[in-house]
Order: sequence, then C-alpha cells, then structure tokens
Amino acid sequence: MLLQFPRFMRFVCLALLLGAAVPAFAVAYEKAFDDPAMQARYEHINRELRCLVCQNQTIADSNATLAQDLRREVREMLVAGKSDEEIRTFMIERYGDFVLYRPRMTVGNFLLWAAPVLLLLLGTFVGIRVIRKQTAQMKDEGPEAGQS
Amino acid sequence: MLKFGIPLALFTLLGVFLFVGLFRDPSYVPSPLIGKQAPEFTLPSLQDANYPVASKELLGRPWVLNVWGTWCAGCRDEHDTLLAIARTNVVPMVGLNWKDDSAAAQQWLRTLGNPYSVVASDPEGRVAIDWGVYGAPETFLIGADGKVLFKHIAPMTMEVWTKEFLPRIQAASTGAAQTKG
Repeated sequence: MLLQFPRFMRFVCLALLLGAAVPAFAVAYEKAFDDPAMQARYEHINRELRCLVCQNQTIADSNATLAQDLRREVREMLVAGKSDEEIRTFMIERYGDFVLYRPRMTVGNFLLWAAPVLLLLLGTFVGIRVIRKQTAQMKDEGPEAGQS
Repeated sequence: MLKFGIPLALFTLLGVFLFVGLFRDPSYVPSPLIGKQAPEFTLPSLQDANYPVASKELLGRPWVLNVWGTWCAGCRDEHDTLLAIARTNVVPMVGLNWKDDSAAAQQWLRTLGNPYSVVASDPEGRVAIDWGVYGAPETFLIGADGKVLFKHIAPMTMEVWTKEFLPRIQAASTGAAQTKG
C-alpha cells in the first residue's frame, strides 16, 4: 500500500492540474444558432476578430462587454444573411485592420515580414564583397611583402 | 570615412527607431474614421427619452463628441477638464452615454455638473460600435462638413485640447469662412 501511494498521488496531482486548466478552455460565448453550419460560421468569424479591449484575445475568447457587443453584431449580421466578407469589412471600416486577428497581406506588412530575410541577404552580399576585396588586396600585397 | 560612416549611420537609425518604440503605446488603435464622413446617428436624449438627438442637426459647424459612462474611471478624471472646456464655449460638446444606466448618468451630471450641450443615450452600444469606440473616454472632433477630424483616446486634458483640438477647430472655421466668402 505504501509503495502505491506515490503513484496514487501522481494521479491526484494530474487530476488537480487538469482541473485547474479547464477554465482556459471555457469559451465564453453563448450558443447562437440551432443550425450547426451557421454556428460554425459564427464561431469561425469570432475567432478571426480581435477584442480591442483585451488585445491578445479574440472576441470568441473574451467576455469583455465590447466583445459581447461585437459578437451580437456578428450574430445579427449572420441572421440578416450577410456574407463572412461583408462582416469582416464592417469591422475593418470601424476598427481598422487591427481588428483582424490574422493580418492581411499588404505592402507594409509584406515588407515587415520580409525585412529579416532581405537584411540577411544584404548582409551576406556586403560580407562577401568585403572578404573578396581583402583577399584581392592580400594577393597584391603578398609578393611585395615577401620581397622586401 | 565611408567605411565607418555607413555602418554608423545605420546603427544610429536603428537606435532612433528602437528609442521611439519605447515610448509608443501598443494599446492605441488608430481610427480608420479620420478624414471620413462621421457615422450618422439618432438616439434618445439622456435627459428626456422622447427627445431625439440627431447627428445631422449638428452639420454646418465643428462639434465634439465625448464618449463616457459612469462606470468609467477615466471619465471621472476628465470631467473637470470637460467642464472647463465647455465654459470656453468654442464648440458644442455632445455626450455619448455608452452602455450606462440612465438614472446613474443623470445623477452624475447633476452632482458633478453638465459640460454637454446635449447627451445621446446609447445603452446597447450600437452607435459606439459604428464609431469604432473601444475604450471610454474617447473624444472625437467633427468638422462642419461632417468629417471626423481627430480622435483622442484617453481622458481629455487641457494640453491635448489646446494642442490638438483648438488648432484644428480654428483651421476648420477659417476654411469654412473662406469657402463661404
């Protein structure tokens, strides 16, 4: 019995940890549609929109009043037969690109993402040129240095 | 000279970028409404629900929209500043009472003083969403042509008012006078 106690405790610890982790998965929002396809669209759109009060959460994750209000807008627009794209446009017109949880591909964003690669290429290019120049100089100077 | 000059210049440039980055507020979301036509609204007045407040009626002169609520601590902070601004009587200040209890809001204005020409009541927060409001207090400046000229997100201060709002109001007024003349 005594030997088995630690094993039992391991299960208890695991159970406690899992229990503690549950609230993180609790999706705050109410079930909005009986139709599973509509509910799926609703959940998908909510996961794509940023909650502006709690900026590292989507409006699906947040229970801030603004997130609740924005979910209501999404729900009502879905009922009104708006397309996903129309709902996104509605949000961007009001809150800007920032409301999108996944940024759009724009010239500015492309430069931002490509900058590390571009800078690395530039650095390599400059490095190679400097090394070539120095090797060439050493070759020129080499024999002279040997003669004197 | 060039050999050291170019890397030094690049390093300084990077340093400047990073230094400026230290003082920027990452929670600030710039409004896409600036320069665009302000969203129209018609809402019941806070003081008398039968009396509608319509944004259309404000066309023809610059005006200010201040988004507030009694639940908002920053709104309490800026209230005295709003009262001082209202006393200067430069532009009409319209209040948007956002997701608030009307009785509490009326009580607030009675005890603290009322800086607003009129207050529109938005308990469901629909007009606030149209205006891209995400955190009270927010203050918009709207031109005589109905375009949004400026948005300040944070409690209003006299410094912000004199530096950001007043010059824009003056520019808007002289611009309007010129087109009239």
